[in-house]
Amino acid sequence: MSDLTATAGRDRRRRARRARRTDLYRAETRTLVSPHTLGTRKGKAVYWTVLVTVVVLFTFVFVFPLYWMVTGAMKSPGELAEVPPSLFPKDADLSGYREAWRQLDLGLYLRNTLLYAFGAWLFTLGVDVTAAYALSKLRPLLGRTILGLMLATLMIPPMVILLPAYLTVKDLPLLHANLLNTPWAIWLPAAANAFNIFLLKRFFDSIPAELIDAAEVDGASPARILWSVVLPVSRPILGVVSIFTVVNVWRDFVWPLLVLPDAQRRTVSVAISSLAVQVPQNVLIGGLVIASVPTIVVFFVFQRHIMAGLTAGGLKG
Amino acid sequence: MTTARTLVRPAGRARRLSPRTRRTVRRNVTAYGFLCGALICFAFFSWYPIVREVLLSFQKTNFVGDTRWVGLDNFRTVIDDPVFVDAWVNTAVFTLLALAVGYVVPFAIAIVLNELKHARGYLRFVVYLPVMLPPAVAVLLFKWFYDPGPGLFNQILKLGHLPTLNWLDSSDTALISLVLVSTWMNLGSGTLIYLAALQTIPGELYEAAELDGAGMFRRIRYVTIPQTRLILLVMLLLQIIATMQVFIEPYLLTGGGPEDATVTVAYLMYQYAFNFTNFGGGGALGLMLMLVLMLFSAVYLRVSREEAR
Repeated sequence: MSDLTATAGRDRRRRARRARRTDLYRAETRTLVSPHTLGTRKGKAVYWTVLVTVVVLFTFVFVFPLYWMVTGAMKSPGELAEVPPSLFPKDADLSGYREAWRQLDLGLYLRNTLLYAFGAWLFTLGVDVTAAYALSKLRPLLGRTILGLMLATLMIPPMVILLPAYLTVKDLPLLHANLLNTPWAIWLPAAANAFNIFLLKRFFDSIPAELIDAAEVDGASPARILWSVVLPVSRPILGVVSIFTVVNVWRDFVWPLLVLPDAQRRTVSVAISSLAVQVPQNVLIGGLVIASVPTIVVFFVFQRHIMAGLTAGGLKG
Repeated sequence: MTTARTLVRPAGRARRLSPRTRRTVRRNVTAYGFLCGALICFAFFSWYPIVREVLLSFQKTNFVGDTRWVGLDNFRTVIDDPVFVDAWVNTAVFTLLALAVGYVVPFAIAIVLNELKHARGYLRFVVYLPVMLPPAVAVLLFKWFYDPGPGLFNQILKLGHLPTLNWLDSSDTALISLVLVSTWMNLGSGTLIYLAALQTIPGELYEAAELDGAGMFRRIRYVTIPQTRLILLVMLLLQIIATMQVFIEPYLLTGGGPEDATVTVAYLMYQYAFNFTNFGGGGALGLMLMLVLMLFSAVYLRVSREEAR
């Protein structure tokens, strides 16, 4: 699904490029405005006005706040309090960032968050891939019921079971273990993700049975088939699940706020927001910039996967 | 590993069974070996908490001694709380305002973006950028923008010679301020999903409508909207479900104030549990929220099933 979308996107772009070369105003597919209208002098004028307005407006609304944040951290607290504010920092220096790293102890919190995200990724892949494979290809007794029970949890928004989930982590039933302040409190609940199982199962369903049968005839065990046949062809969906798992742990706020109350174990989001009032303004802003760098970098690198996964999820999720 | 070990036993017992039954048994044992991790995770962190949410709202717990069944006492406590009605009204107003802005705007943006042949990659990237910020970062960033003195928003208002606002400090504007930041950081995903849906509309429909003399707005009304009806409905329900759980904005921006103007149901639930250590009351609020949201979820399920067909 997602690789289809990605390929379709690539094709569309390629076609778009070709179309642009031949005739600027004859697009690949017909949309709301007809190419004919767009080709007239008035149409062209309207088109370019709208284009420029949209580009300027989007830059102002979505990029300017980030510019304000990045430059805000380079101003002194005195300059930040000035009215009217300066568009460019007067004597820009990086001490806001340096101080943020030191005073907010960001090294520790970024390491923590990385550990939580990495473990959650490992558990999610290990648990959800095997489960989806079992439900899709091994089809055990009650498999449909189990899948139904898993998908039913999608109807329960996470916020409404926040308190019982917290109490469960605090005192695990039967085992009576307290997972508070341990990475397990992040890792294990992250793996209980019905949407991942749904996406993976749907992808595995689309793998031709002949491929699996052939391996079976060769005497390969189910574990072997999963590892050497199913996983190699499932790279696109594994990518989507991986990115979303890591990004979700990185973005999550309420859950780590509750289950990691120890100041030394917080995630970067929780740490910054709890220290926000104790540090100077420019240091806080520097911290905000540093905290958002990892997810923005992930977005830069995996942009296509993220957008493909978003539409795959949006259509069905 | 698990498979190898579990395979031995049924195979031994099933020696007299037909090869077909034996294969079935073996397949099932392997399958459950693969499933056990997920079953344990779901049982502990999903299924059990759902059941416990219901139990919790009828119990009184103090975590040192015993747990007592108290019937509807918890519900009585929270309903008698003067903030209870405020919290539901605030949540409803927040959701409606967030829909008024955050539902129509992404669709409109998607329609415009779909017409543009230039800067497509840039515009898509930029509109999704705020979604990638950790929500806590986006919210704290806006807290700084909302500063009535040197904050960015009042400076922009001054630049346009408009009256400045007190944003988070006034009970008139606090809730709308929360809606603004929430919309800003969530707008991108809706836009991109609509954009993907718009690209599946066959161009002939627009052509035919145009030949029939339909103008731009009638083409949107009679082609674009009917063609994306299901995704619009799905997104409406998803957005209602998502925004009704609003927590991080009041938690980080206002603490529910000023004068309880921004207390939401989820925030009140958090307060009951962690500020008043009344998990029963929090559980009761959670259960009420769950029932309301499940109503929307049920509709959503029907709609998405219709879409799958």
